[in-house]
Amino acid sequence: MSNWPAITFNVNGESHTVSVPPIKRLLDVLREDLHLTGTKEGCGEGECGSCSVRMNDELVNSCLIPILQASGTNIQTVEGLASSEHLHPIQQAFLQCGGAQCGICTPGMLMASTQLLSHNPHPTLDEIREGLAGNLCRCTGFIRIFESVIAACATDAKEEAEPERTANAR
Amino acid sequence: MSEPPPTRIVGTAAPRKEGVDKLTGRARYVDDIKPANQWHGATVRSTIPRGIIRSITYPPHIPWSEFAIVTAADIPGHNHIQLIIADQPCLADGRVNHCDEAILLLAHPDKHKLREAVEAIQIEYDPLPAIFTIEESERQDPIILGADNLIKSFLLEKGSVDEAWPQAAHIITGEYRTGAQEHLYIENNGVIAEYSAESGVTVWGSLQCPFYVHKSLMAVFNLPEDKVRVIQTETGGAFGGKEDYPSTIGSHAALLAMKSGHPVKLIYDRMEDLAATTKRHPSRIRHKTALDANGKLLAMEIEVCTDGGAYSTLSATVLSRATLHSTGPYWSPNVRIHARSWATNTVPYGAFRGFGAPQAVFAIERHMDVIAAQLNIDPVELRRRNFLHQGDQTATEQTLRDPVILDQLLDRALTESGYYAKRKHFAKQNLTSPIKRGLGIAAFYHGAGFTGSGERYLNSLAGIDVTTDNKVRVLVSSTEFGQGTNTVLSQIAAEAIGIDYSDVIMAPPDTGIIPNSGPTVASRTVMVVGRLIQRASLQLVETLRAETGPGSNNGAQTFTREEFFAACEKLRAAKGEVQSLCRYEAPPGIFWDDTTYHGEAYGAFAWSVQLAQVAVDTVTYSAEVEEFWSVQEVGRVVNPVLAGGQIEGGIAQGIGYALYEKVLLRNGHMANNQMTNYIMPTAQDVPPIHVYFEEIPYTHGAYGAKGIGELPHDGPAPAILNAIHDATGDSFTEIPLLPEDLMLQLATQPVEAEASV
Repeated sequence: MSNWPAITFNVNGESHTVSVPPIKRLLDVLREDLHLTGTKEGCGEGECGSCSVRMNDELVNSCLIPILQASGTNIQTVEGLASSEHLHPIQQAFLQCGGAQCGICTPGMLMASTQLLSHNPHPTLDEIREGLAGNLCRCTGFIRIFESVIAACATDAKEEAEPERTANAR
Repeated sequence: MSEPPPTRIVGTAAPRKEGVDKLTGRARYVDDIKPANQWHGATVRSTIPRGIIRSITYPPHIPWSEFAIVTAADIPGHNHIQLIIADQPCLADGRVNHCDEAILLLAHPDKHKLREAVEAIQIEYDPLPAIFTIEESERQDPIILGADNLIKSFLLEKGSVDEAWPQAAHIITGEYRTGAQEHLYIENNGVIAEYSAESGVTVWGSLQCPFYVHKSLMAVFNLPEDKVRVIQTETGGAFGGKEDYPSTIGSHAALLAMKSGHPVKLIYDRMEDLAATTKRHPSRIRHKTALDANGKLLAMEIEVCTDGGAYSTLSATVLSRATLHSTGPYWSPNVRIHARSWATNTVPYGAFRGFGAPQAVFAIERHMDVIAAQLNIDPVELRRRNFLHQGDQTATEQTLRDPVILDQLLDRALTESGYYAKRKHFAKQNLTSPIKRGLGIAAFYHGAGFTGSGERYLNSLAGIDVTTDNKVRVLVSSTEFGQGTNTVLSQIAAEAIGIDYSDVIMAPPDTGIIPNSGPTVASRTVMVVGRLIQRASLQLVETLRAETGPGSNNGAQTFTREEFFAACEKLRAAKGEVQSLCRYEAPPGIFWDDTTYHGEAYGAFAWSVQLAQVAVDTVTYSAEVEEFWSVQEVGRVVNPVLAGGQIEGGIAQGIGYALYEKVLLRNGHMANNQMTNYIMPTAQDVPPIHVYFEEIPYTHGAYGAKGIGELPHDGPAPAILNAIHDATGDSFTEIPLLPEDLMLQLATQPVEAEASV
C-alpha cells in the first residue's frame, strides 16, 4: 500500500503492523489506522493527557509518540480494559462514583488510574493526585475521580489492572 | 424543613445513562465519526483587529483547483449568525472587526494539505484604529459598533438612592474587575456537514443547542425548516462555550460541503479553538453603598460594565443576568443599577456557566467584605443583617414567595468549617508564620431558567414516546454534555410512569426527531424541561387509563410496569403511536416588564453559601485553596452523585477563575492560546471540597428541583479573595489574582501592616 517501512507493535494483546510515516503520531495510528477511537485528542501538545495510553507499562501521551518509537512495544488503550460486557473494576468505580461526566478525558484518566494502581494498589490521596496530575478534567473538579480510584482499590483492582501482562506473554 | 415526598428513582444515584459508552471508549464524539469521502475544512482568519480587506491573493505554488474555497460571496442566504441581533457576519465581507475573524474557508480531501494552504493565502488590509478595553470603548473614539459602541444598556431603579445618601452613616465605594475566562472543554469545537440540493443541510457536531444551529443554518442557506437537520454528537464538555459558536462553525462546514460536494469535517485544534471562540465577558463593576449606623443597607448604586467584544452575540442577555445578580442576596430599600455592555475589537465574548452572575457576585461579595472591614463588623454579621428573607422584595421588586434559608446555609457552612475557631487560630499563627491563612465567605443566589419573560418566549415543547420494543423515549432538544441531562430526565420519566430506570432511553438529539425543548443553558434543564417530562409522563398514564377503560389496572392509581407496557401496546394498536408532549406553562403570578426591568426576574432562585480556606505564602506569593465548603439549596436533588459532581466541578472552575486562568490579549488576539500557558487547576490544585445540600422542593420544578449547574461557579472567586483579605489584611479587587499580582501589592506593603493582621 505504501513505501513506508512496516512497524509492528501490540495493542490490547493483539499484534498490529502498519506502514505509515514513522513520524506519524501513535494517537493518529490508533484512531485512523486501527480505528481505536477511544483514545482522544485534547491539546496535541502533551498537556491534557486525554490521549494517555500505557506503553510497555509506562503512561505516555500518545500525541507525543512518533509511531516508530512504539515499534515492538505493548500498548494498552481504553478498549483493552473491559472484557466483552464486563466492565473493569476501575470503569465500574468511575460509573458508580460519578468519575466521568462529559467523558472526553475519561479514557486517558482510566489509563492513568490503571497505571497508578498497577504499581501502587493502595495509593494515598496524595499519591492519587500525583498519579493523575498529567490528566486534565474540566467537568468534575477531580473529587469524584479520586473517589473512583479509591473505590477501585477496594475491589482489588491490582490483578485486574494487568490483563495485558498475560496477554503479552503469548 | 419539610421532607420531600417519597420517590423510587428520583433522589437516587442512578448510574449515568451513557456512562458505559463513555467508560469503554465506545461513545462517538464528532471526530470519531468518519463519513465516506469526507473532506477536511480549515479557516483563514484575520490577523489584524480592525480594518478594510484590500485584497486576497492565492499564490500559484498551491494547486488551488484541488481545494474548495468559500468566501462571503458563496453564501446563498444571509451572511450573518442568527442570535439576538444579526450583526455578526458568518464570513467577513470587506472588513474585519477582530483578530481571528473568519474570512474564507478551505476544504481538501487531505487534511495535511490544509495548513500550508491556509498559511499561503495573503490578505492585505487598510488597518483602522482598534480598541480593546471597556475604558477605550467608553471614550467612543473611535466608534466601532452602532452609534456609540454600546451593545446594550439597562437602568433598573427601586426606591430612590439619591434620597438615601444624606441619611447614611456610611457610604462605601469600590471597583471590582474580572478577566476573561476560557471554557477549556477538553473536546474542541468541531462539526461534520453534508449538503445536497434535495435534502438540504445536515450538521453533526459537538454542541449544546441543536435548534440554535438549526435557526442559523436556515438563515445562512435561506432554507425552510425541513431542509435543515442538526444532530448533536457526544459532546466533550461545553460550559456555555458550545451555546453560540456551533452556529458559526456549523455554517462554515455546511458552506464547504455545499461548495465541495463532499461531507466536510471541520474540527479546530486547541490553538484555533482558544484564539477564535468565545470566552467569559471581562467586567468592571462599581459599587456605591449607603449603610446606617448598624450596618444595614440603605442604598446600593451599582454600575455594571462588560466587554462584549466585536459583535453583540449574547452580550445583552449576559448583561441582563449580571444586572439581576449584582445586588447579591441582600435587601436594600433603594437600588439603582446602570448596566452597559461595550464593544471592543476582540473575539465576541459569549456564554459561560453563570452567564454574567460570576462577575456580579464577585463584585458584591468582595464589596461586602470591604464594607465589613471599613465598618469593623464581622463579615458574617454584616451579611446576616442584610440577607433577603421570604416575603422580601428584590431589586426588581419581585416578592420572594418561596422559603429563603440563607441564615441556615450560612450556619451550616460556619459549623462544618469550624469557622470561628479556625479564624482565631489563624490570626494567632499568622503573626509569626510566613504562610498567612484566612477564611472567606460568599453568599449568593442564582436565578434558574431564562430571565423574565424568556421561558414564555421559548415556549418549550418536550415529551416522551414509547417504542415498539417497550422503551420509553425522552423527546427533548436538551443535550447531554456531562451535566447528566440523559440520566436525570430518564429518572424523572421512570419515576412518573412507575417503570424502571432501565426502561427509559433518550431519543437521538436530532432536530429531525425531537421537539424544541429550548436551549441547554441557564440551569433550566431539570427544572423546566424536567417538569415537562414529568407532566408528559403523567399525561400519558392518564391517557392510557382513559383509553384502556376503568378497571384495566384494577382501579389502582398507577399501572405496574407490565400493565403500563401492555396498555401502551393497546393504545398503539388503536392510535398508531404512543406519544405524549407537553408545552411550557408559566407558574401562576409571574409577571415581568422588559421596559422597566421590574417583576419576577426568575421563577426560582437557588441559594448558596460557600467558604474558602486559603493559604498565602508571603515568600513565593502563591495562594493555595486548602479546603472548600459549599452549602446550597437547589430544591429537590434528583441525583445526588451527579448534583455533587456539578457543585465540585463548578467550584474547580471558580478556583481557576480566581487564581489561575488569565486570557492574555495582544492586539486583541489571545497570545497564550495553548494549554501550556493558559493554566487550569489540575488534580494537585483542587482542595478537599465539602458539599452539603439543603432540600426545599420547588412547587413548579420537576419533583421539586430547581436549577443547579451554574450556581457553584458564582461564589468561589469572591470567597477566595475574601479569604486572602482575611489572611493578609490586603483587599484585592481584581481576578485572576496571580502570584505576580499578589507580589506587586503585598511586597510594597510596610511591614507593620502585616503585623496588624
